[in-house]
Amino acid sequence: MSDEPTEYDSDVEAAIRENHPALITYITAGDPSLEDTEAYVEALDRGGSDLIELGLPFSEPIAEGRTIQDAINRALAAGTTPEGFFELVDDLETEAPLLVMTYYNMILQYGDEPDVRPFVERAAEAGLSGIIVPDLPAEEAEPLRRACDDNGLDLVFIIAPTTEGERLDRIMSHVSGFAYVQARLGTTGARENVSGATHESLERLSEYDVPKAVGFGVSTGDHAAEIVEAGADGVIVGSALVDIVASSETPEAAVDRLEAKARELKRGARRGAETVTIDPEDAPEPEQP
Amino acid sequence: MSTEREHDDGDSGRTGTFGDYGGQYVPEALMPALQELEDAYERYVLENEDGFMDEFRERMRDFGGRPTPLQRADRLSERYDREVYLKREDLLHGGAHKLNNALGQVLLAKYMGKERIIAETGAGQHGTATAMAAAHLDMPCEIYMGRTDVNRQRPNVYRMRMNGAEVTPVEAGSATLKEAINETMRDWATTVERTHYVIGSVVGPHPFPKMVRDFQAVIGDEIREQIRETAGRLPDSVVACAGGGSNTMGTFHAFVPDEDVDLVAVEAGGSSLEIDEAEGLAPNSATLSTGTDGVLHGAMTKLLQAGDGQIVESHSVSAGLDYAGVGPELSHLVETGRVTPANVDDEAALDGFHRLSRLEGIIPALESSHALGYLERAAGTAADGASGDEPRAEANDELGDLVVVNVSGRGDKDLETVLEETEKRDLEAAPDVEVFDQ
Ligand SMILES: Cc1ncc(COP(=O)(O)O)c(C=O)c1O
Repeated sequence: MSDEPTEYDSDVEAAIRENHPALITYITAGDPSLEDTEAYVEALDRGGSDLIELGLPFSEPIAEGRTIQDAINRALAAGTTPEGFFELVDDLETEAPLLVMTYYNMILQYGDEPDVRPFVERAAEAGLSGIIVPDLPAEEAEPLRRACDDNGLDLVFIIAPTTEGERLDRIMSHVSGFAYVQARLGTTGARENVSGATHESLERLSEYDVPKAVGFGVSTGDHAAEIVEAGADGVIVGSALVDIVASSETPEAAVDRLEAKARELKRGARRGAETVTIDPEDAPEPEQP
Repeated sequence: MSTEREHDDGDSGRTGTFGDYGGQYVPEALMPALQELEDAYERYVLENEDGFMDEFRERMRDFGGRPTPLQRADRLSERYDREVYLKREDLLHGGAHKLNNALGQVLLAKYMGKERIIAETGAGQHGTATAMAAAHLDMPCEIYMGRTDVNRQRPNVYRMRMNGAEVTPVEAGSATLKEAINETMRDWATTVERTHYVIGSVVGPHPFPKMVRDFQAVIGDEIREQIRETAGRLPDSVVACAGGGSNTMGTFHAFVPDEDVDLVAVEAGGSSLEIDEAEGLAPNSATLSTGTDGVLHGAMTKLLQAGDGQIVESHSVSAGLDYAGVGPELSHLVETGRVTPANVDDEAALDGFHRLSRLEGIIPALESSHALGYLERAAGTAADGASGDEPRAEANDELGDLVVVNVSGRGDKDLETVLEETEKRDLEAAPDVEVFDQ
């Protein structure tokens, strides 16, 4: 890389490129309460997160595995609302830019009529940098895409192991911020190991010059190292952090453990970057799953 | 399928929308599978490639028992002082219209080279039909079913297991159909490359709403032919119950272009039409009558939701109607005024259940009983046993002189629920249920 600082149009892209290899953390807002979420987000920020995704809970989280489903149910039981969520974001002061992750119906219903604009405008006003919508494929994204463009927000698309060929080309040409590379088929949830599908996906994506971050199943520093080594620009970790929230005796204990976990993940990612010595052009064939 | 009909359903093309409704709101991982399914649907179902539709029709006849009768209901006709015909989908193999779709989709999955079948079920009728179709066509099958529904529809759980399907209870939320759909989608997103998800109604992402409608359209096609033969003309009105809306769309599709035929979709009014937003509960499943536009399970449609977008828990005494969404095409037809939404409460449905059992010797599914409860209400006073000379109530004119009611399924699965719910109420048509406890 040259010494000239590059100007990026997007905070999200800048956060990944400038902090390469980047750590992206996820937590469900309102689990177990919005006050606790504030402390948790700050802990993740101190621990070295370069971007933080905040989940706005929706009652039908079809892309989520058990861990995040349960977190969403706890948050809803605690009375988390979109307005409460935005007020939390209003108050947060983090170094890492913040993204909201939620389902399309939540975006559509904010405001008086079904329309995506009021949500996007409120998100921009609260200081969010982007939106991730797991049930919004590129084909249906035009209205939200336009609203995000008009308000300076990134709309992040997910690339699945099944995304190939023309479809992949089309989506990659739309990428804003980064490409969210889904490590394996299925739902979110911490896993024991890194999937072979991750290596294949990164290989398939290597020709596209957009930042790529890998999520779904990442839970340890070693996973982070392996993924960055395989060519990712960042790792995304959610369920492993939500597990900490759910299993800590007190919110204070959760704060300490979240910060420590973020450090472990960021260190792992750095370790992975150090071992990437060869030009990606000459990268070895990915392992077969 | 005739192209004439395609125009009338408001379908605006590739992404499968009906006016403002429909679409494909699913995780990216599923999009290639939906494309593959759309291609297969167009080739095999619409173009009969490799004789798919011929095989489907043959199996529907020999295995399924089609055509089902269109029966004149003599005592209902007398009671309501008009011609009442019943479309007997309860006589289809498995006891409900669900087989039309399940057999179609399992066969299609086979043509597509898929290795495994998954499905969700509410009343258990769709699960049963899918398990039967999978056994018939030798495919492994797993069915997701909410815990509440497992408990209230035990006979169907046994039937699914008998046919070799694995039944997986879903514990989340109110543990009914909505939760079962969520869980099936999660399974599908994990195994999509080799698995076909047999969606049980005209809901979900494109192409499911169109494809399921086309498999169910045989109901209305047969009614048209049969009523012309017996009555010499088209009916004045056609009535069907609506949960997701598959028997409704199947019954209505052939009549959509016939503006003179009134189409009435009867939903579950439950115990009240109000939504309790604080509790996230709707004590009804009357989506077409009271719902608002939003996105659930892959489609833009009418939903029971709170103002901030959370989907509320629905309720109906009948498990098969207990769903917070409805098919996008039905939403569109209601929006354009072609279909009239109606609803009757749990009590009227139970009354309809007993009345048909008593008067016609047909024990209907609690789902179908909603259509019969509506018939009683809309057919008005003649019903009260008042003298035949009394003028018909105003509502009568809506139904007209020739009415077809779709009996979407039989009620054997519901007997326990019916006994329990009948005991709590004073129903006009019910027998003394206390004797059952002795
Ligand atoms: C007999 C019967 N009728 C109706 C329904 C409701 O489904 P749909 O509205 O898709 O016909 C069900 C669902 O299980 C059913 O079993």
